[in-house]
Amino acid sequence: MLKQIEGSKAMAEAIALCRPEVICAYPITPQTHIVEGLGELVKDGHLTDCEYINVESEFAALSVAIGASAAGARAYTATASQGLLYMAEAVYNASGLGLPIVMTLGNRAIGAPINIWNDHSDAMSMRDAGWIQLFAETNQEAVDLHIQAFKLAEELSMPVMVCVDGFILTHAMERIDVPEQPQVDAWLPPYDPVQVLDPAEPISIGAMVGPEAFTEVRFLQHYKQTQALRLITDYARDFEKAFGRESGGLLRAYRVDDADVLVVAMGSVCGTIKDVIDEMRDEGIAIGLVTIVSYRPFPTDELRKMLAGAQDVVVVEKSIAVGVGGPLANNVDMALRNLPDAPRLHSAVAGLGGRPITKPSLHRLFRQASVQPWEGTHFLDLNERIVGREIHTTRKKRRSGPTAENLLRRLATEGDAR
Amino acid sequence: MSEARETLAPGEAVQRLKFYQKGTFTVGNRLVGEDERSVQASQDRSNALTCGHRACQGCGEALGARYAIDAAMRATGKDMIAVNATGCLEVFTTPYPETSWQLPWVHSLFGNAAAVATGVAAAMRVKNKRTRVVAQGGDGGTTDIGFQCLSGMFERNDDVLYICYDNEGYMNTGVQRSSATPPAARTATTPAVGDEPGNVFGTGKSVPKIAVAHNIPYVATATVADLHDLERKVTKAMSVHGARYIQINVPCPLGWGAASHDTIHLARLAVECGLYPIFEAEHGRITHVRKIRKQVPVTDYLKRQRRFAHLFKGDRPDPRVARLQAMCDANIADYGLVAGADEEV
Amino acid sequence: MVTAAEMLSVAAFLEGRHAQAFPSFGSERTGAPVVAFCRIADREIRLREPILEPDCLIVQDPTLFKAVDVFAGLKSDGYLLVNTNRSFVDLHIDQIARRLPAGHAVAVPATELALKHVGRPVPNAALLGAFAALGELVHFASVQQAIEKTFPGKIGAANVAAASEAYEIVMAQERAAAAV
Repeated sequence: MLKQIEGSKAMAEAIALCRPEVICAYPITPQTHIVEGLGELVKDGHLTDCEYINVESEFAALSVAIGASAAGARAYTATASQGLLYMAEAVYNASGLGLPIVMTLGNRAIGAPINIWNDHSDAMSMRDAGWIQLFAETNQEAVDLHIQAFKLAEELSMPVMVCVDGFILTHAMERIDVPEQPQVDAWLPPYDPVQVLDPAEPISIGAMVGPEAFTEVRFLQHYKQTQALRLITDYARDFEKAFGRESGGLLRAYRVDDADVLVVAMGSVCGTIKDVIDEMRDEGIAIGLVTIVSYRPFPTDELRKMLAGAQDVVVVEKSIAVGVGGPLANNVDMALRNLPDAPRLHSAVAGLGGRPITKPSLHRLFRQASVQPWEGTHFLDLNERIVGREIHTTRKKRRSGPTAENLLRRLATEGDAR
Repeated sequence: MSEARETLAPGEAVQRLKFYQKGTFTVGNRLVGEDERSVQASQDRSNALTCGHRACQGCGEALGARYAIDAAMRATGKDMIAVNATGCLEVFTTPYPETSWQLPWVHSLFGNAAAVATGVAAAMRVKNKRTRVVAQGGDGGTTDIGFQCLSGMFERNDDVLYICYDNEGYMNTGVQRSSATPPAARTATTPAVGDEPGNVFGTGKSVPKIAVAHNIPYVATATVADLHDLERKVTKAMSVHGARYIQINVPCPLGWGAASHDTIHLARLAVECGLYPIFEAEHGRITHVRKIRKQVPVTDYLKRQRRFAHLFKGDRPDPRVARLQAMCDANIADYGLVAGADEEV
Repeated sequence: MVTAAEMLSVAAFLEGRHAQAFPSFGSERTGAPVVAFCRIADREIRLREPILEPDCLIVQDPTLFKAVDVFAGLKSDGYLLVNTNRSFVDLHIDQIARRLPAGHAVAVPATELALKHVGRPVPNAALLGAFAALGELVHFASVQQAIEKTFPGKIGAANVAAASEAYEIVMAQERAAAAV
C-alpha cells in the first residue's frame, strides 16, 4: 500500500511482514525509530509469534540473535555506528557460525569526535566480517531490501546487513509502497535452518578449528559469498516479478550509455547524483552513474563490464580508510585493474559526519575529474583554510591540544569562510 | 564419584564412611536408598559430557560440568540445550572435529553466553517448545567479560540456568588473574615477586551475592567436594523457571599448583576453612547455608597450593595469611557457616 | 516543527504528489532551534541535500531572528509565513518582507490560535492552514485531512479549527494585498 511514511516506520512494517521470531533491541541514534516501530507492532498485536527483547548492549543484541538463530528462530536486530563496533566480535561470530541474521544498519559516522550524523564508516568497519552488505538508495529500496535480505540470508545461511543512510533516509517521510502480508508470505518461505540446536538430534555448533581446517572454513565462507553474487541478482529479478518494482540487485546503471564519465556511489547520495547527471547531460556532458547495491559481495566482474569504455571514473563515497583513502575506490580500482585502456580513477570522499553533499559541489567535482584530475583522495568541500591553520599550529606548538576542539573554536571565532 | 573414591587414602576411608553414615553422601551411594543415590550413580545417566575430552588430570571443571549437566538432563528429560562461553570447558570438550557433548551445544564467544542463552530460550518460547536452556562458563567468562550479559539476563529474568565453573582464574590462557582470583594468589599476571607478591587484596567480587541482589528465583554456590549437593541444586534450579545462577568451586590442578589427586580435597578445604561459602538463595533471600562441620585453618587450604607458596617462604609468618584467615572468619560470621551445638550438620 | 513538515508532506501526498519531509538531523532537546524541510514535486524526489534555497519559509518562532539568519537563501519570489501577533515592523523584518512580491509575506498568530482552539501552544496545524492560503501550494482540504490523520479524534478537530481560522486570516490578508 502506498503511504506517506517515515523511512524507519516503513522499514519496521516491512520487517514485521517478514515475521521475525526474535527481535533484539538496543537504542542508538539514528536506528531507534526502527526498533521502536517494531516494539509497537509486537505490543499492539500486529506482529504475533515474536519475542521482542530489550537487551543491555549491542553486543548482547547480536548475541541474543545468535542464540535465537542457532535455535531455529528467524532473528533480527538493528544498530549503527558505535553500536556496530561494540558488537563487532559477535558480527564476525554470526557469519562464522553461518547464522542467517538480518540486521539494519542506520549508517552513521564513528567517533571520536562523537558524531551522530550520516556517513558509511560504520558499515566499512565491518566490510570484511563475512556479512552480505546491501546499501539502500531510497526508503522504498530499504523496505524491499529487508524482504530480500531474509530470503538471501536463509538460503545461504549467512547474515545480511541492510545499510540505510541515517537521518537522510531513516528520518525522511516520503511516499513508500509497503507490501501486504500475503505478498510477502508468498515470496518469503518460513525459515528452514541448515543447522539447528535440537535435543532430538544433538549437534555441537561453534567448535574450535585449528590450522588443519580453518583455511577450508574460510574458503567456503568466501565461496558462499560468490554464490551470493548470483543469488542477489536472481532474487532481485524474482522480487521485481512479484512486487512490480526494481529493487536490490548487485548494481544499477543510470544513463551510462556512451558515458565518458562514470560516477560510482552507494546509498542515498545516488539520488542527488542522478539529478546532477540529468543537469549535466542537458549541458551535453556524457556522464552516468553506477550505484553499488551489494558492497559485500563486491560485484567486481559486473562492475568491470559496466566501467569498461569510460574515460573517467569518479568514486564518491562517505567513508575514509585513514592512511589509505576511500575503501570503495580501492574496490573499484580492483575492478579496473585488468582492463585494457582502463579509465582513470578519481577518488572523492564526501558527506563525512553528515556534511550535506550538494548539487553545486558535485557539479564542480565531476567537471574537475575530466578537466583537472587530482592525485590521491579528494575531500569534497574541505575547509582548507581551517585545516591549514591547524596543521600550522601543531607544527609550531607541541601541546597544541585536542584537534576537534581547536577546529570548533576557530569556526566559532572566525566563521565558516570557505 | 569415581574420582572421589580413587583419591581416598586407606586411612581416610574410615573417616569417610563415618561421613556418609551421617548423611552427607560425600563418599558414595552404596549405603543409601535407591532414590537418594546420585544421578551419576544411575545407569541411565546422560553422559552429556563423555570421556575422550582433553581436560587435564584432576580437572575440577570437567567433573563439575559432567555432574551438573547430567543432573540438568535428568531434570529436563534430556530436553535441553547448552550454551558455552569460551574457555577451558569449551576448548577441551570440542577439539575439532570431535565433540564430547551428547546434547545440543553451542559456543559463540567469551563474553556472551548468557545473551546467547537468552536467544535460545526466546526461540524455544516463540516456538512453544518446552526445551530448557543452560549456559555455562568459567569465572573469567562470567564474573569479568560476560558480566554485563549475565546481569542483563538476570534482570530480564530470562528462563536460563547459568552455571559458572569457578576455578579462580583464566586457566585456558595460562593462568592469569580474574576478578574471582583470591587475594595473594600467584598467577601469571600477579607474579609472586616484589613487596606485595601475588594478587592484590581488593574488595572482592561475589557474583553469587550480585545474583542474589538481582532477586532472581534461584542462586546457589556449590562445590565438587559435595557432588550430591551439586546435583540436588541443579535439579532444584531446573524445577523453577526464570533466571537462575549456580557457581561451582572447581579446583584447577594446573592453575592452583596442586596435585591432581587433591582436587576434591582442596574443594572441601575451601569450604571448610570458610573461604568459599556454600549457600542457596531464592528471590533475593538466602534460604540455606551449608554448615562447616569443623572449621579448618586457612593455612591447611593454602599450604597445599603452589599459588600460595610464597606466603610460607620466610621465617616469619606472612601477615597476609592472617588477612586471608580474617576473610574466612568474616564469611563464617556473615553467612553463619559454623553450626551451633544444637544444630545438625 | 518536524510534525509540521511531515503533515505538509502528507497533505501533498494526499493530492497525489510526491513529497519528502525531513528534519535538520540534530540532537536537539525541546526548546532548541530546529529546522525541518519539505520538498513537494510532481515526480519522484531523488534529491537528498538539505533545502538551501526555499521557495517558502515558515518561521515558527520569530525570536530566532536574533540567533539565526533564517532568511538566508529565501528566493526573491519566495513566500514568508511568520508565526506572530506582531507586525513585521515590530519584528524588524519589514525590509525583508518588502523585498518579496505583494502578498508573499504574511503574519499569522498561530500560537494564539492554537491556545484558543487546542488549549496548548502548538502552532503547527494553524501554520499549515495559513500555508494552504499562501499561493495555493496545497489545498486546505488536504491540510485538513493530513491534520486529522496525524491527530485523530478531538485533538484533530481542535487543530483543524485552528488551521481553518489561520487559513481565513491569511486569505483576508491575501485579498487585501490583491486589492492594493
